[in-house]
Parts: sequence; structure tokens; C-alpha cells
Amino acid sequence: MRELRIHGRGGQGSVTAAELIAVAAFEGGVFAQAFPAFGVERRGAPVQAFVRFDTKKIRLRSQVYEPDYIIVQDSTLIKDVNVFLGLKEGGIAIINTEKDLSYPFPKGVKVITLDATSIALKHLGLPITNTTLMGAFAAASGEIQLKALEDAVRRRFSGDLAGKNIAAATEAYQAVKGAA
Amino acid sequence: MLEIMEGSHAVAEAVGRCRPQVIAAYPITPQTHIVEALADMAANCEIDADYITVESEFSALSACLGASAAGSRVYSATTSQGLALMFEVCFNCAGMRLPVVMSIVNRAMGAPLSIWNDQQDSISLRDSGWLQLYAEDNQEATDLHYLAYKVAEDHRILLPSFVCFDGFILSHTYEPVDTLTQEQADSYLPPFRPYQRLDAADPVSFGLFASPDYYMEFRYAIDQALDKARSVIPEAGKEFNEMFGRDYSGLVEEYRLDDADVAIVAMGSICGTVKDAIDEMRDAGKRVGLLKIRCFRPFPHKEVRKALSGVTTVAVLDKNVSLGSRGAAALEVRDALYGSGVSVQGYIIGLGGRDVRKRDIASVVAKAEAGEGDIYYGLRQEVLR
Repeated sequence: MRELRIHGRGGQGSVTAAELIAVAAFEGGVFAQAFPAFGVERRGAPVQAFVRFDTKKIRLRSQVYEPDYIIVQDSTLIKDVNVFLGLKEGGIAIINTEKDLSYPFPKGVKVITLDATSIALKHLGLPITNTTLMGAFAAASGEIQLKALEDAVRRRFSGDLAGKNIAAATEAYQAVKGAA
Repeated sequence: MLEIMEGSHAVAEAVGRCRPQVIAAYPITPQTHIVEALADMAANCEIDADYITVESEFSALSACLGASAAGSRVYSATTSQGLALMFEVCFNCAGMRLPVVMSIVNRAMGAPLSIWNDQQDSISLRDSGWLQLYAEDNQEATDLHYLAYKVAEDHRILLPSFVCFDGFILSHTYEPVDTLTQEQADSYLPPFRPYQRLDAADPVSFGLFASPDYYMEFRYAIDQALDKARSVIPEAGKEFNEMFGRDYSGLVEEYRLDDADVAIVAMGSICGTVKDAIDEMRDAGKRVGLLKIRCFRPFPHKEVRKALSGVTTVAVLDKNVSLGSRGAAALEVRDALYGSGVSVQGYIIGLGGRDVRKRDIASVVAKAEAGEGDIYYGLRQEVLR
């Protein structure tokens, strides 16, 4: 079983990202489970959402404490929340930031930074980075295919909005693939 | 066919396929997504149901009571304080022998206010005469609705039924679920055939005054019907399994219990985590198993005694507490095993949404083996200061 923990702020679509990643993974032929860290989700407050992937039915119901992957939607969270807590050695951290982070990242962890906010602004006109980071996650982890991600986005958003989100996800996917 | 969706939506789809004729509910977290989906389905004529909007949970269940007495298949859903507001009507539904089916999306009771999961709400209605079924995952949560209608409406039973599943942990989780098609649902669940109903052409009354010469017999009759449900539920579960290949024929379900020294007893979504913990403990050479309680009312004393007769120690996990006494399931299990010599230890766990991990289960097993039980597990001493 592999586990993903998404850190974001209320309003950034972390829960939606977890759901769509699970949908895309399931369509790709594995069992998937997505759920939020149920809180009182005020806009701007730190939130978490989780995804599990496995080749067999997933029974575990606890939150994710030792993730294989983390997504950080807002790098300012790093000073408030220990987003790296429990991240496995060899794990992947995908962080949205527009600057070079001087943070001492844990050893043995692959850190991928990208300016998802600019990509989201370019395609959506809004700083909502969830679909952009999903594209980056697909490229970095290989847990989901870009095509399955597109299908999941189309199931959730209608016409034009789906297209814009897919464009943002695709740009991030290619940026991460290109950098690899 | 397996599809991935939110638990609430899977339940709403299943409820729709049970063809309720009247739905009355009042939205409350974490039940909201279910009734929103059903309201949409009714408004879009995807289901042939009258959706009655009401001003409170008391009215929601009262509307269901009246519609059921008039001969309709009815549905409601609630949780926590919402269920508490229905308290009086719950007893009346059972007393009038009305087969109302209601989802309880389990949530803690205030005060202090908590939107998070435990099972105090439905457990607090254990004496009301409703059947109580508990689901481990979203597949079971959806399937138990078909089963609940089948059993509740059976003329040998005629009692209302809760289908209980953990708030957020199941209701807000996306996972694969196989929903029955309408044809499959119809082939399992025939249209509601009321035993008697309100009819101006053939007048009857429901829920009238009973003097001391009659009241006790009414209560006894409810208890007798609940006793019959101990065989009617397995019958309905067996039929479901024969038709769709998912087995709910047991009031309890055993997991790796055959040669176990220690048995964990639990209800609801925690059973999934317990199963994973058991696999790890088994790999480490510990003989541990699970007895999952699917049906809490009627309580399956005989089945519990049979399943646990070979173990030396039982650890009962309760996401509830009968304040001033113990966890509700621990009390029942101790009653079922009275005189057997099996050590029964109770653990109050996961109240108000406190997360339960695999290592907590292993720790409970260690405590049970050491004879340390009848405790609240994982209390934070720094909060108690």
C-alpha cells in the first residue's frame, strides 16, 4: 500500500484533489481510498486530505502518518505544520512555491518544487492549485496516468472549467517530467 | 460493477433503488450529503418519492411515521443531536410496528459539541425497539439498506431499523462500491406490502392508549419480534448473498478467529483497521482474531458465545460509553459469556473522532492479555490536569 498526504489551506481544494486522485487511480486499475482530515474547514486554515493506493481492497481507516508522498499546496504552511512528519525515506514531496526554499528538507526524500500558483493563475485566472499539483503528482509518482486524471477532472467540472484545469495539470505534468 | 464514489452518494443511490415513497429528513453534519443527493433525485424525478422538507428532526421522523402508517415505504437519515430530537418518535415508530428505515451517520453527542465520529448516538437508542445494523465499509453501508427494508417490512418482524455507519470515516470517504442496478434491487426487495394501514374505507388506529392491563403485552410483542429477527436477518442476508455474492447472513462475522487465543470484538468502520492490525500480529506469531458485531439490536448473545467459546481473552472496543457503567458492547459480551470463564475486558476508544491506529489495536491486545481492562484507552493526562 502507498499513501499520500495533502497539506493545504481551506479553499485550495485539497479534499477535491484527494478525491480526484483516487478516482484517477481507481480508473487505472488499483484500489484507492480518499478522505479528508475532518475538521472545521475555515478558509485559510491548515487542512489535510489523504489517499491510499493498493492492489487489494483497502480496509485501514486511520489517518496517514507515514506517507510515501506529500503534496504541499502552500509553502507558507511549512513554518506552521510539520508537513514532512513521517514521510518515508525515499518518499516524494511536491511543494508549491515561487521561491527557492531554504528549508532544511529531511534526508533521503525527493523534493520537487514548482510554481503551481503561476500555472494556475495562467490557466484558471485563480490561485487554486489543486489540479496543477495533481499533474505534478502524476508525473512524479507514476501512481496515476495523465489521461485518467483528465477523465477524473472532466467528471467533476463541466466544459470550459474542465479544459482549463486539464491545461494546468498538463503543464505541471510536463514541467515535472521535463525536469526529471 | 465497482465504481469509486463518496460513501454518502453510494448510500443515497442505494436508498433510491429501494424505492422509498416518502422521504423526510433535516440536514445535519455529517449526514447532509445523503439527503441533498436524495432531494436532487426526487426533484429531478429520478426517484418516485415525495421529499418532505421539515423544520426539525422531530418533524422529519413524525412525517415518516405518518406516511408509514398510511402504507408508504419511508426513509430518513440523521445523526447525533438530530437523533436525540427524534427520541420520542423513535419509540413510537417501534411501538406502532412501523418499518421505517433510517440511516444513522454515527457522530458524537454534545456537550461539548463535536461533529466527529463515535457511536454514542445510535447506542443511546438501543432500548427503543429499532433494529440496529452496523457497517464496516461503504459496500456494507449501502447493502445493509436493502437488507434493512427486507427485514423491517417482513410481517414476522414489522419493526423500524437503523442502518448505522461511521460519520466522515465512511460517509465522506471515496472508495469503490458495487451498487445494485434497479433491476437487481427490485428482484431482491419487493414493493412494500403493509400489514395494516390507515384507510378511511377500513379504519384502524395506531398507537392508542394502553391501560396497565395491556401495556406490558405490547412491549413483550416487540421483544418477541426482535427475537424473530435473529433468524430473519440471516435469512435475508443469505438470500442477498445467493443473488449478489456478498454475505451478510451472520449477525456477527468472524475474522481469523478459529485458533485465536485473544478475540477483539468491535462494530463499524474500526473493524477494517482491526483486521489489518490482526494480520500484522498474526505475522508476528500472535493468535488474535476479530468478532465483528454487525447486528447490535437484537443482540446476538448465542452467536457471540459460540464464536468466543474457544478463546481465553476478549477485548471489546466501544466507541460509546454508558456513563456510570461501561461500554455498551462490553456489557452485552460479558452477559453473553457469563459463566464461561473467558476473560472479558472493555475499552472505550475513539470517542469524538479520536483517530484509532493499528498500533492502538496491538496495544489494546497487550493490555487485555495483562488483564488491564474496563478503561478509557488513550486518555491524554495533560488534558485531564
